[in-house]
Amino acid sequence: MKTILELEKVEKYYGSRSSLTKAIDNISFTVEEGEFVAIMGSSGSGKTTLLNVISTIDRVTAGHIYVNGEDITELRGEELNRFRREELGFIFQDFNLLDSLTAYENIALALSIQNCDVHEIEDRIKTVARELNIQNVLEKFPYQMSGGQKQRVASARAIITNPKLVLADEPTGALDSKSSRMLLEQFESLNRNLKATILMVTHDAFAASYATRVIFIKDGKIFNEIRKGKDSRKKFFDEIISVITLLGGDLSDAL
Amino acid sequence: MFAKLAFKNIKRSIKDYAIYFFTLVLGVAIFYVFNSLESQSVMLDVTDRVRDMLDLINVLMGIVSVFVACILGALIIYASRFLIKRRSKEFGIYLTLGMSKRKISLILILETFLIGLLSLAVGLVLGVIASQFTSVLVANMFEADLTNFQFVFSFPAMLQTIFYFGIIYLIVMIFNTINISRQKLINLLSNSRRNEKIRNKNLWICTIFFIIAAVVLGYAYYLVTDGLQNLVMEGNGPEVLLIPITMGIVSTFLLFWSLSGILLRIVMSFKKVYYNKLNSFILRQFSSKINTTVASMSVICLMLFVTICVLGSAISINASLSQDIARSLPRDAMVEGMGEGYIDVKEIYRREDLNLDDILTDIAEYQIYRIETPTDKQYFASDAAISPTVTINQNEDGSFISEEYSISERYIHASDYNKIAEIFSLPTVELAKDEYAILANYQQIVEIRNAAMKKGLLINLPGNTLKPKYDQCIDGAIRLEVGNANEGLIIVPDHIDLAKNAISSRQVLLGNYKNPEQADELAKMLEQVGGRFFSDNGEQDGISGAQDIYYYNVETKQSIIDNNVGTSALVTFVGLYLGVIFLISSAAVLALKELSESSDNRSKYTTLRKIGASNSMLNRALFWQIFIFFLFPLLIAILHSIFGLMFCDFMLATLGGVNIAATIPTVSAILLAIYGGYFLITYFCSRNIIREHRS
Repeated sequence: MKTILELEKVEKYYGSRSSLTKAIDNISFTVEEGEFVAIMGSSGSGKTTLLNVISTIDRVTAGHIYVNGEDITELRGEELNRFRREELGFIFQDFNLLDSLTAYENIALALSIQNCDVHEIEDRIKTVARELNIQNVLEKFPYQMSGGQKQRVASARAIITNPKLVLADEPTGALDSKSSRMLLEQFESLNRNLKATILMVTHDAFAASYATRVIFIKDGKIFNEIRKGKDSRKKFFDEIISVITLLGGDLSDAL
Repeated sequence: MFAKLAFKNIKRSIKDYAIYFFTLVLGVAIFYVFNSLESQSVMLDVTDRVRDMLDLINVLMGIVSVFVACILGALIIYASRFLIKRRSKEFGIYLTLGMSKRKISLILILETFLIGLLSLAVGLVLGVIASQFTSVLVANMFEADLTNFQFVFSFPAMLQTIFYFGIIYLIVMIFNTINISRQKLINLLSNSRRNEKIRNKNLWICTIFFIIAAVVLGYAYYLVTDGLQNLVMEGNGPEVLLIPITMGIVSTFLLFWSLSGILLRIVMSFKKVYYNKLNSFILRQFSSKINTTVASMSVICLMLFVTICVLGSAISINASLSQDIARSLPRDAMVEGMGEGYIDVKEIYRREDLNLDDILTDIAEYQIYRIETPTDKQYFASDAAISPTVTINQNEDGSFISEEYSISERYIHASDYNKIAEIFSLPTVELAKDEYAILANYQQIVEIRNAAMKKGLLINLPGNTLKPKYDQCIDGAIRLEVGNANEGLIIVPDHIDLAKNAISSRQVLLGNYKNPEQADELAKMLEQVGGRFFSDNGEQDGISGAQDIYYYNVETKQSIIDNNVGTSALVTFVGLYLGVIFLISSAAVLALKELSESSDNRSKYTTLRKIGASNSMLNRALFWQIFIFFLFPLLIAILHSIFGLMFCDFMLATLGGVNIAATIPTVSAILLAIYGGYFLITYFCSRNIIREHRS
């Protein structure tokens, strides 16, 4: 299998020499094509920083990150924009839909900034809308949609460009449990049917149990890593819980 | 400690304050410049008449300044309330830390004081610099000698500026204090994020409203241009003008309401354009912004409209007044005697122990008679007189004469006219025994007269019926005067005895000074009889009582020029003053709205950046949004102004009217400098706001 994402001894420090915070302390791991990886950790563990450096929103202090073989820590200016535009898809906790645009226009925006043809935009939105079951909200504005619908629209925007890697930052954080489950099942099917590679940051064990692999982070370091393999989701969930217990009280809010 | 906090606050929120500060400085500077005109003119070597005119200008500037101070005050209060709203979270944090509202007010008062002080200082310095340039302008206008140019500083103007702005800042402080004391902590802390409800407006309703707006606006335009004479002269007072004004205001509002919806739909139907780059985002943002600011956009548009009309008229009057002077004043002086009686002008000077021939040379003289002329009712009756395309109905016998109606017209003999025509570079006329011609240049009347003459209007004087020689008026006048105020002088053959039928007459003498070096002394001698009333029984103190009174009027080239320059300076200064202040106010309100929009939308730009929009794309989106937002009200204001200026042209016809084309360069330059300046500042500040903030 092809390696989509490779982190090589990535470090990220904040602060000055006198009071140094190591948000990420020498992390290395790889993500293969078609994987659905969850990164778990308590607040302050560095998981959001990790996502930020992978998404090029923030810069690493040391180390390298390769996406599809390209060292993104070396990218500058317009190349960064091109990278985000073409290789990455983003899903945020608070959806980040543009409230003045309809769902359709929100999704279309991701393509139109790539100078995509109008007809192609229309075709692709139809396809992805069917996949995510949002055909009937396409003409609505964000304020007219439920949280689950908004997050599915945001997901549609993230995957419509066929990105190499979809980054999801606590995607279920603002959803009720029913919507969460629906969204996660959709992630699962996107991952299985469309072979989308997903990297999801969460502190919710239930959400993580939908992934094929979970990486645990504590104090900026990788603490543990478990794979689902052939296990059922229920069994995988139990495994995750036991690791969390090992991690200590920090993540108890995930239970 | 509080002073430190206030200081740091200003320094920190300097981005928010940039527009505010810019507006304050500009306001102070302009206020100073226009109030210091007096000091600027003191050093000029000008005649007493010009000095009087300058005094009048200064008095008027004082009055206008009160009005300007009110506008600026309202603007500054609006801006400061706006800034407080932006900083509500900061105040909320102070309150949770246990600071009392009184202390927060104190901080705000201190901030206002500091900003006020700074803006006054910077504004005054700028104003003093700018007034050096305006004094050159003033000198130019009055054609005054500038050899003894000196640095001008007006202490009274400075005091006045400090006084007015002091009051404004005081009111701002009071407003802020009230504002803060009424705030609830929860409202301050909870982010005032609007959850805006955007709907696609119904296209049909939009279209219907748009059509209504367009029709109403079109009718209002018609009323103030072609339909104006119907409107004004049918015995209506000036208050009928409120009809088209109200129509204009309402339709402007409707236009903004409907146009935003229609424009969006139109562009949306061009999918290739709409789904190109960030266009969908730009358009949606713009249309939602218009939806929430229809009222203020309309007000701003109307303010811009007033600005353009005021600036345009002022500049045009200035241009036409100064351009006319040389052409219409071919002689140094004019003495007129007029009234029901008749005492020869030279005789009057003799009675004052003066010999007119010692004062003036090249004297040319002519006589004008005023005669009640029976005229067809259709010709000058109210409904015909007010329409330029007058239709003349002939009586059954073919004449235009109606017995019941007569107006008094002015007549001159052809020989008299031909004598004078040369002086005024006018064509001479050769009339047959039954022909007449008309000399006129008051545009509205000329049109009526031309129409009548084309139909062959006959003039019926006792014993003679005259027909027109030409089918249009000769353009011009034969007095020493500026502007186009000659409503019509009818030239008739010499054999007609005008004096017999005249109700009054006017004797006009034109001449040059015998000794040009002594012009001032000679003018004083001439003016001895000016403005005085005489009858055969000697001098009268007025027209009351006595019969056969004769009145004398003296005009010199110099006095006309002085008055003229004074008038044009007056109009120009007041127009510029008001126009610029209006422009600043509307641009500042737009800028503030746009800036707050940009900071509210910061998260949107972050999202766009995350989905891969490049900085150049974002800047472009921002630029177009702000550009359209500034351009939209301006475009409609310009459309209004075209008709507004046509209206001004009609109203100011005697002053030479408004030449719209000629005003375009100057008005555009002023608009571009101030409005464009605000646009650029807004754009750069907004770009700063949405720029990526790396931690």
